[in-house]
Amino acid sequence: MATLLILLPLAIIMVLNLPFKDAFKRAAPFLGGCFYLLQAALVVFHPAAFWDDIYNPLEAFFAFECSTDALSLVLFLSIAIVGFVAVLVGAHALKNPRQRFFLINLLLLATVGMNANVMVTDLFSTYVFLEVTAVASFILIAMMKGEGALEGAFKYIILSVIASVMMLLSLALLVLVTGQTSFEAVRAGLGASPESLFVKMAMILFVCGLFVKGGVVPFHAWVPDVYASAPSFVSVFLAGIVTKVSGVYILMRLLVSVFGFEASVQQVIMFVGALSIVVGALAALAQRDFKRMLAYSSISQVGYIVLALGCGTPLAVAGAAFHLFNHAVFKSLLFVNAQGVEERCGTTHMEMVSGLGSRMPVTGWTSVIALLSTAGVPPLAGFWSKLLIIMALLNASRYGYAAVALFSSVLTLAYFLSMQRRMFFGKPHKGMENIREAGPVIVGVEIILAGITVGAGLLYPLVLEYFILPVQRVVG
Amino acid sequence: MTMEMVLLLILLAATVWTVMTTRLLRAVIGLALTSVILTILMYRFGAPLAGVFELSVCAGLIPVIFVTTVSFTQRLTPEKLVVRKKERMLKFWFLPVLIVLVGMVLTQVHVTIDFPPVSPEALRTDPRAILWNLRHLDLVGQIAVLLAGVFGVVVFFKEDPSCR
Repeated sequence: MATLLILLPLAIIMVLNLPFKDAFKRAAPFLGGCFYLLQAALVVFHPAAFWDDIYNPLEAFFAFECSTDALSLVLFLSIAIVGFVAVLVGAHALKNPRQRFFLINLLLLATVGMNANVMVTDLFSTYVFLEVTAVASFILIAMMKGEGALEGAFKYIILSVIASVMMLLSLALLVLVTGQTSFEAVRAGLGASPESLFVKMAMILFVCGLFVKGGVVPFHAWVPDVYASAPSFVSVFLAGIVTKVSGVYILMRLLVSVFGFEASVQQVIMFVGALSIVVGALAALAQRDFKRMLAYSSISQVGYIVLALGCGTPLAVAGAAFHLFNHAVFKSLLFVNAQGVEERCGTTHMEMVSGLGSRMPVTGWTSVIALLSTAGVPPLAGFWSKLLIIMALLNASRYGYAAVALFSSVLTLAYFLSMQRRMFFGKPHKGMENIREAGPVIVGVEIILAGITVGAGLLYPLVLEYFILPVQRVVG
Repeated sequence: MTMEMVLLLILLAATVWTVMTTRLLRAVIGLALTSVILTILMYRFGAPLAGVFELSVCAGLIPVIFVTTVSFTQRLTPEKLVVRKKERMLKFWFLPVLIVLVGMVLTQVHVTIDFPPVSPEALRTDPRAILWNLRHLDLVGQIAVLLAGVFGVVVFFKEDPSCR
C-alpha cells in the first residue's frame, strides 16, 4: 500500500483540476498540507497494514515494482516535513489565489517524483521520476517570473539536462551489459563483468549526473543562483529536500543496492564530499546575502552526507541518513527565517539589515537554534548526526577525512555567527526601528522546525534506536 | 555513403537548425523534423515500436504543446530579430564544427566489447508487454511529466484573469 504515497498526491492534483476547480482553489493548501501530515503520520506511527504489503488492493490495478526499508522511511519523513512547511509558507506568502493554487499543484507533483524515487527498484523508473521532480522544480523556481528567478531556473534546466543525458547514457550502457534495468538484475549483471570498461563508464556517468543534481562541488555552480533567486518558500523545498532526494538519496540507494561500495568509487565519493564541505564553508564565509550564504552552507552540509556515504560502513550510511534528515529540518528553518526577514525588511542582504533580534525575537532565536544545529553543537540534532559521521570515519581509519569534517564545523560556526551578529545583534539600521516580528504562520513554522531540531537532539536515544540504527541493516 | 549516414547527417542539420533559429515556431518544426528522421532510423535499426512512439509523442504530441505555447508569445520586432540572429551566430558558430570534429574522433575510436553478451531470452520480452504489463509505474511517471509541462505552460504563458 506504500505506493499510495505516489498515487494519492497525483489523485489530489487530478481532483483539484476538475472543471469545477474554483471550488477547490481555496482548499488546495489544506489538501496539500493534509497529505504531507498523513505521510508524516504514516512514518511515525508505522501502521503495519500500510507498510508491510500483506493486503494490497492496488495490486489488482497496478504492477508497481517498489519496495521500502528503514532508509526510505527517513526520506519519507523528511519529504513530509519539508513539503508541509513549503505549503504553509508558500500559501502565506502568495496573496494571489491562482499562484497559490499552482504552487500546491507543483509541490505535489514534485512530491510524486520524490516519493516514487524513494521506492522504485528500477534504474529507468528512477530516471523517469527524477525528470518529474526536475520539471516541477524548474517551474517552481521561475513561477514568480522575476529576472533572477528566470535566470536561475534556466541555469538549473541546462545543468539538469546535462545530468539527465549523463544518466541516460549510463542507462544505455548498463542495458547493453546486463540487458535489464531493475536494480537486482543490473547488480547481478555487473557482478558478471566487474572489470568491464563499459560498466566503469556507466558508473562514472550516473554518479556524475547525480553529483550535478545534488549540487556537489565541482558541479555546484547552479546552486547559489537558484536558491538565492527563487522565492524563499521554493528554496525551502529545493534546499530542504529536492536536491537531497534527486542527488544524494539516489546515490545512496544505487551504492547500496546496485553498484556496491567498490574501493575506487569510495575514494572518489569521499574526496568529492570533503571538497564540498570545505569549498562550501569557505564560500559561505565570503557571502553578503543571507540566502546565498545558506546555499553555500547547503553545499557544505551535503558534503558531510556524501563523505559519510563514501565511507560505506553501516554506521556511516546511518549517519548520512540522519544528517540528511537534520539538514532537511534546519535548512528549511533557516530559509523560513529568510522568508520572514525578506517579508519584513524587503531584502536579505546582510549589510542592509541589522539588530533584527530585538524586533523579530522568534526569528532571531530560531535562527540561533538552526545555526547551532548546523554547526554541530550539542545537544541539538545536528551534533548527533555529525558525531555519528565522525565516529564512522574514525572506525574506518579515515583519520584525515574525520579531521576535515571536525574542523569544518568550526568554519560553519564562524560563518553563521558572523551572519547572526550582522543581521540579528546590535542596533537596528535607520528605518528599521519599527520592523515587527514575522506573521503568525512564519513564526508558527519556525517554532515547529526549531522544536523538531531540539526534540530530535534531546530524544536522541529514541530517534537513534527506532529511526536511524535500522538504516544500518539496509547496508549490512 | 550508406542510407543511415545520410539520415544521420540530416538529423544533425535539423538539430543544429532547431537550436540556431531565432523563431520559436521554426525551432518546433526543426524538433519535429528531428523526431521524424529519428523514427526512420529506428525503423531501419529494427525497432518499429520505439519508432511509433517517437513519431506519435515527439513528432506529434510535443510539437502540439509547443505550438500552443508559442501562440501565447509575441513576435520580436524586425530590429530585435536582426540583433538576436547576429548574437546567436557569434555565440554558436563553433557548434556545427565541434559536432563534426567529435564525430570524426569517435569514428577513430575502437571499442572492444569486454563483457559477456546478454542472453537472447533476456531480450525476448515483447516491448508491448513491457510497456503495458510490466512498467505501469513509468506510465504514471509520464503522466506526471506531462502534467508538469501543462502547468508550466499555464503558469508562464496564460494570462491571469485577475490582472486584466
